[in-house]
Amino acid sequence: MERQQIIAQVTDIFRDVLDNDDITLTDATTARDVDDWDSLNHIQLVVGIEKHFKIRFAAKEIHSWQNIGELVDSVAAKI
Amino acid sequence: MKDFANLKRNLKKDASALKPIKVALLGDTATQFLAKAIQGAGYEYGYNLQLWEADFNQIERQVADPSSELHEYGAEVIIIFQSAHKLLGKYNKFKANHTAFAADELNGIKALYDTLASVDPKVKLIYYNYTEIDDNVFGNYANKVTSSFLFQLRKLNVLLMEHAADVPNFHICDISSVQNLVGKAAFFQPSVYINSEMILSIEVLAPIAYKTLGIISALQGKFNKCVILDLDNTTWGGIIGDDGIENIQIGALGIGKAFSEFQYWVKKLKNRGIIVAVCSKNTESVAMEPFQNHPDMVLKMEDIAVFVANWENKVDNIRKIQGILNIGFDSMVFLDDNPFERNMVRENIPQLTVPELPEDPAEYLEYLYTLNLFETVSFTEDDAARTKQYQVEAQRVTLFEKFTNEDDFLQNLDMVSVVEPFTKFNTPRVAQLSQRSNQFNLRTVRYTEADLETLAASPDHFTFSFTLEDKFGNNGLICVLILQQQSAEALFIDTWLMSCRVLKRGMENFTLNTIANFAQQKGYKYLKGEYLATPKNGMVADHYSKLGFEPDGDHWLLNLAQYQNKKSFIDKK
Repeated sequence: MERQQIIAQVTDIFRDVLDNDDITLTDATTARDVDDWDSLNHIQLVVGIEKHFKIRFAAKEIHSWQNIGELVDSVAAKI
Repeated sequence: MKDFANLKRNLKKDASALKPIKVALLGDTATQFLAKAIQGAGYEYGYNLQLWEADFNQIERQVADPSSELHEYGAEVIIIFQSAHKLLGKYNKFKANHTAFAADELNGIKALYDTLASVDPKVKLIYYNYTEIDDNVFGNYANKVTSSFLFQLRKLNVLLMEHAADVPNFHICDISSVQNLVGKAAFFQPSVYINSEMILSIEVLAPIAYKTLGIISALQGKFNKCVILDLDNTTWGGIIGDDGIENIQIGALGIGKAFSEFQYWVKKLKNRGIIVAVCSKNTESVAMEPFQNHPDMVLKMEDIAVFVANWENKVDNIRKIQGILNIGFDSMVFLDDNPFERNMVRENIPQLTVPELPEDPAEYLEYLYTLNLFETVSFTEDDAARTKQYQVEAQRVTLFEKFTNEDDFLQNLDMVSVVEPFTKFNTPRVAQLSQRSNQFNLRTVRYTEADLETLAASPDHFTFSFTLEDKFGNNGLICVLILQQQSAEALFIDTWLMSCRVLKRGMENFTLNTIANFAQQKGYKYLKGEYLATPKNGMVADHYSKLGFEPDGDHWLLNLAQYQNKKSFIDKK
């Protein structure tokens, strides 16, 4: 799967979980750039991504990403 | 069932028009998501569920401190969720002999409840039981080692059940059964736990929230009371009208097993007090035949409160069943294998619960188990008896419909009445009726038990109590008359009241015959009646004129010399 496809699908998950259709994600996007992306919602986002791509992140990974680009790297490495 | 994301969306909706309920949630792990799920599920159940959530791991402090936020909040329902995970931690550090661990934990839980109840005796506690963790320190042998964690955890769940059985306001939300259903891997996600201190996976939040709301809703008096069954391919396999009684599928063989087991389930519901009705597109006699003659049928005619089989549409028939039972559509469940019928019923009676039965009858039961359709917060022996009363009333209505002539119907009921003066045995019931009867009550004079004893002993008063029993059942003591001697010629009807349960049975005629004959034998010439209007007793405004009394100022007179007994289908027992 292309990175762009992954970002597009991750964007859909963000829009769904945070209930906000205006969200646009790029590699450089961080939690500060997205309303409501707090540590609690982060868990729901991660679980949503795991479910969608049928993957599992290690406990340590979940809080290791600095931006969307790194998250997408993790996803790409697992699928 | 909505998932967590959708339950969360409910929090943005306006719930201000819904019934408010104050709930408190305390947990020994992080409960923010659970709190949102419960609030969202509250909206699904039609409540404005106001939830106060304790900070993480504050249970003992919030409960013990009389000035805590918990006590200040004043919740009607308090949910306590102590996780099996933390239980394992406590077990690991337990200093005493581990065989005493479960009992020790139970004492702590009892103490929590006792403290809550001492602050608010009406408070309802919902306690989440423990999901199983097998640490496999002993392997299977843990089952033989009373000090093992698995042994103590399971024991604690049993002790909790025993405690809940004794304490009416202590309820258990069985999240252990949720884990059994979805599996531990789906219930608990270690990476989420490590990162958030939340013990519940996102996936199980909704099932647990719904299970919790089932209890809360039942505590509010809202629960299902009736299940309506389709017959062909729902209650048995095949089509009775086409296949015939010898070819329908039921019993020990093949798919017949699925239907037999389904029927056992319905039978247990019926024995528990759930009303079972039948709604089938069939010729009635054909539809009834398996219930009467098939050796493998678990359900029999006496299990069915209302049996409706005809070729009318099911919406009308379900309305008819509802009319007979006189319970809300929102307390009824309709089970039908046919998606077309289900949709039609759903569209026309949206309050009704209509489960989307799986296509394969083999899966009916497993699916129904997951829905928790028959949550309740009480169970007494009376529940089964109450079903009997519904059945009796349904039988009367069904019989009534068979007769075009009301007299034939009344005749067919085989009614008998016990007529007695007030005694020490019936006085409590007479007093209860005197206090409670508002509608069929001519003068609404309220008497206590002591008053009634005085009247019973008075030479100027004559007292009468009436029971009514028919071939379907006994209504008990339902009518009370008190006559007062006003002169050598006239008896005044001081009290005439009747329970509305027995309206339209001709009880009025029977009662009048009884007292008129009594007065004649005693040599009186007149019965004198009076109607005193209240906001509630309009139904008897014309009572005396209907019975042939003549107006006399503010009173009504019946001339006994000309009195002829009125038509009555009730015999004196």
